[in-house]
Amino acid sequence: MNIMSGAKRYRVAGMAAVAFLVFVLAFPAVGPKAGRSLIDQAETMLLVLPPIFLLLGLLDVWVPKKALMKYMGPKSGFTGPLIAFVLGSVAAGPLYGAFPVSAILMKKGASFTNVLIFIGAWSTTKIPMFLFEMHALGTRFALARLVIDIPGIILIAFALKVIIPAREVARLYAAAESTGTPEE
Amino acid sequence: MDTIILYGIAVVLLAVSAAKDREKTRRAILKGAKAFESILPQLVTVLLAVAAVLAVFNPEMVSRVIGARSGFLGVLAASVVGGIALIPGFVAFPAAAELLKSGARTMQIAAFVSSLMMVGVVTLPMEIKYFGRRAAIARNSLAFAFCFLAAAFVAWAVSL
Repeated sequence: MNIMSGAKRYRVAGMAAVAFLVFVLAFPAVGPKAGRSLIDQAETMLLVLPPIFLLLGLLDVWVPKKALMKYMGPKSGFTGPLIAFVLGSVAAGPLYGAFPVSAILMKKGASFTNVLIFIGAWSTTKIPMFLFEMHALGTRFALARLVIDIPGIILIAFALKVIIPAREVARLYAAAESTGTPEE
Repeated sequence: MDTIILYGIAVVLLAVSAAKDREKTRRAILKGAKAFESILPQLVTVLLAVAAVLAVFNPEMVSRVIGARSGFLGVLAASVVGGIALIPGFVAFPAAAELLKSGARTMQIAAFVSSLMMVGVVTLPMEIKYFGRRAAIARNSLAFAFCFLAAAFVAWAVSL
């Protein structure tokens, strides 16, 4: 990767930084708060993401495509969605941690529907969060949400499968193929 | 707590991998680092957006929006706020419980919690990077619509 393409890739981030500065200067009242939350969020992200990416690297190297495809591929039947649910539910961390994981699942041949179910499960059916929700908002509230969310996740996954054209899915899979491949 | 478990798993698996095959482990670390670097620009953008949004959408503001209106408009407002805010569950759940105690409707709280978890407006740049513009926007829109259904269902189930 040369310097030019590096600069181009960070163009949007640079613009965001400028916008953030303008925001802080324009609203001095919330400036310190924004600064503090920037540090807090950066801490969380930099704490959560490195182990996730390390695990992704290990998964990429050790798990053969054939094996993952067998359990989560288009021909995996009911096992695929089940594994997707379990994987997403035992996961830790905010939803943005799930996106890089999906890329590796695509690379290893998981079906698009199963990847989408995984994303849905990560977003709402996480077990530690469920226990916490039960404690804070009541068993009925948490259980009702879980009961409606599971079909909701499946419904959204299938709706997306219908909405997104096969060509776009193929493009995403091709892009996932190249993630994390070191230039050797 | 989550993070400690995550690190524990990562370290154990790294050790097992290194014991089995040094060369493969080296490649795994390189691949992980490369994948991390490739998302870094989007990550920085999201980080800045989240910081700015959180400075405005603090728990007090969330309470004001959710506490102020009831009915459909209240549910809509709660879903919108939940979709934009990026508050971890262990902060959001107690705050939502407080709101319930101070008289907010179950339906609004359910809408807020659901969209907080399923819809991510500020993290869109990251989602687009992996899922493309079309799928990312479609997923968030569908999840947003689903929040209303989930909210109605939870309110009904709790009222039984």
